[in-house]
Amino acid sequence: MAVTLSERAASHIANYMAKRGKGIGLRVGVRTSGCSGMAYKLEFADTALPDDIEFESHGVRLLVDPKSLPYLDGTELDYAREGLNEGFRFNNPNVKDACGCGESFNV
Amino acid sequence: MALLQIAEPGESAAPHQHRLAVGIDLGTTNSLVATVRSGLAVVLSDELGRPLLPSVVRYLADGSSEVGYEAQARQAFDPRNTIVSVKRFMGRGINDLSDREALPYAFASGEGMLRLATVAGLKSPVEVSAEILRNLRRRAEASLGGQLVGAVITVPAYFDDAQRQATKDAARLAGLPVLRLLNEPTAAAIAYGLDNAAEGVYAVYDLGGGTFDISILRLARGIFEVLATGGDSALGGDDFDRRIFCWIIEAAKLKPLSVEDASMLLTRAREAKEYLTFHGAAPITARLGSGELVDLTLTTETFAEITQTLVAKTIQPVKKALRDAGLSVTDVKGVVMVGGATRMPQIQRAVGEFFRQEPLNNLDPDKVVAVGAATQANLLAGNRAAGDDWLLLDVIPLSLGLETMGGLVEKIIPRNSTIPTARAQEFTTFRDGQTALAVHVVQGERELVSDCRSLARFELRGIPPMVAGAPRIRVSFQVDADGLLAVTAREQTSGAEASIVVKPSYGLSDDEIAGMLKESLTHVKDDAQRRALKESQVEAQRLIEAVRSALTADSDLLAADELARIDSNIVRLQSAALSDNRRQIVLTMDDLESATREFAARRMDKSIRRAFAGRNISELDGETTIAKSGEAA
Repeated sequence: MAVTLSERAASHIANYMAKRGKGIGLRVGVRTSGCSGMAYKLEFADTALPDDIEFESHGVRLLVDPKSLPYLDGTELDYAREGLNEGFRFNNPNVKDACGCGESFNV
Repeated sequence: MALLQIAEPGESAAPHQHRLAVGIDLGTTNSLVATVRSGLAVVLSDELGRPLLPSVVRYLADGSSEVGYEAQARQAFDPRNTIVSVKRFMGRGINDLSDREALPYAFASGEGMLRLATVAGLKSPVEVSAEILRNLRRRAEASLGGQLVGAVITVPAYFDDAQRQATKDAARLAGLPVLRLLNEPTAAAIAYGLDNAAEGVYAVYDLGGGTFDISILRLARGIFEVLATGGDSALGGDDFDRRIFCWIIEAAKLKPLSVEDASMLLTRAREAKEYLTFHGAAPITARLGSGELVDLTLTTETFAEITQTLVAKTIQPVKKALRDAGLSVTDVKGVVMVGGATRMPQIQRAVGEFFRQEPLNNLDPDKVVAVGAATQANLLAGNRAAGDDWLLLDVIPLSLGLETMGGLVEKIIPRNSTIPTARAQEFTTFRDGQTALAVHVVQGERELVSDCRSLARFELRGIPPMVAGAPRIRVSFQVDADGLLAVTAREQTSGAEASIVVKPSYGLSDDEIAGMLKESLTHVKDDAQRRALKESQVEAQRLIEAVRSALTADSDLLAADELARIDSNIVRLQSAALSDNRRQIVLTMDDLESATREFAARRMDKSIRRAFAGRNISELDGETTIAKSGEAA
């Protein structure tokens, strides 16, 4: 079981963390909500929780809570540009269908 | 698939519930939009990667418009319909423009805010600004992938109520909810994180394309107070280009140029200026329409030499602003550089030498105001990190007050009060039976209404007829977080109420504001004397009114010689009140008072004897003067 970062995503995260000036890594998770069942959680992490499962990818520490991991296993987090918009994209093999904009999904 | 941003711990938004907020620097020459992405404030670029949007709008015959670079490129061909520097017209009347003849526009005559006659019809500066804001809003929505909850828009610190309201109106027209208007120097200070820095005085040196502004700010308890502003509305980076342009013509001994050649050389001049920021010498080569070749090298030394007077011209207002603030160079804790023109090494050097410290310049000076505004917008939209719960407060730039008898200003909210704020004061009537009250709202630092700016007038009607000084009229001033004023007057016994949201038709010019601040400082003593004189004159008039109304009611209590003596004293006081001799007025008032003492005693006896008799309550037509409470005769 693993969650990884693309190289581009890792360098953006490292940059954001440096500018932010604090934090130990990135917290990735899922939670129930949204029009299609589940939604991603993407946050800076200031502390690790006892149950967290940790990964390291391109030098960035990733924290995932054990409940989220089954839904995220095999996911690669990428940084993408779409026209003027840019941001992080979850390439998640577990997703069966997603809502129109992809912000929430089903597994 | 949606693109996500990293949130602060515990702050992940629910899907489709992102609180997208932007900061907008609505500049005279260029405008920018910025946002906070994954905790980092960034300026949003257009499809071609250009961060700036020239603040230029061109109207076309079919009613549509072009904004930005597109419009700028057509400026020379269609000057009348291509509006540049519209910010200078915001909240202004046609008579506020001193350089109207020099501008290529057709101004529509009429009252209120000026309007420009374009091929697409009459356009107000608010509509033109709205085009710029709409363009930035679309850019932001495309960049953030959703609707904006709102924007923080920056305005110069010296912008008055009319100009701020016009800016807000433009945003509304562009479909952009305004979270807050923020002073430009304050935004720059936020971008540098000075709001988290030690308390103290900071200077913001803003040299843009065509304008220069200096602001002296004091940070205390998380509040930026504007101590003084100054500048030159006709001095900017473009003037440096022109100096190089003139140098090229002289150095290459060129004959009078065609329009195309002149415009090309001006572009070469600007390129050379930008090149010299990072190099010791700039090559300037160009082939003119005639085939003549221009091949020159401009060194940093020569550049500094030919622009020496321009640099010195920026230091003068800096000195003046410090003097106005009552501070010296050593009081300034930090200097923030804003505007692309501050990249020039000679500017950096001059500012550093003047303030005896390295200016803050590690942020992009073109973007610093927008970045600060975006930071503030992110907080106001509710995207706060834990422990980051401060809210920046701003202050009002000029005191707000109203006119009282004799053309005096009673300040209700003093300048530099933090906003939002509300203050109330009680006033009363000046004449017996007065049933209406004119409330005249003014802004400025001087003691006399004629020296301040008139913002609005309204009337409170339906005051029950009472003797002068009896009604209690509570006037409340309320300034919201954007610095906009609402005034309410309420007569306490009857509940009669009138109010106005101040939306004046004219605004103050930058020079007027700067001038008004300066004058208030240089005229303090003068003003105090004039105020004392005016107050005595008002007092004298009030006494005369009181005696006259007593005579109308009870002249039968007086013998003929007594009446004559009182009358002659009234005449003496009337002429004294017209003079500038305050001492004479006071002495004559004493005379009238002693002449009427016996009369007053008799009236008192009479009123005790008779039952509550009717008073003279005839409404005095048009006489709707206002008096300060507790001063009535």
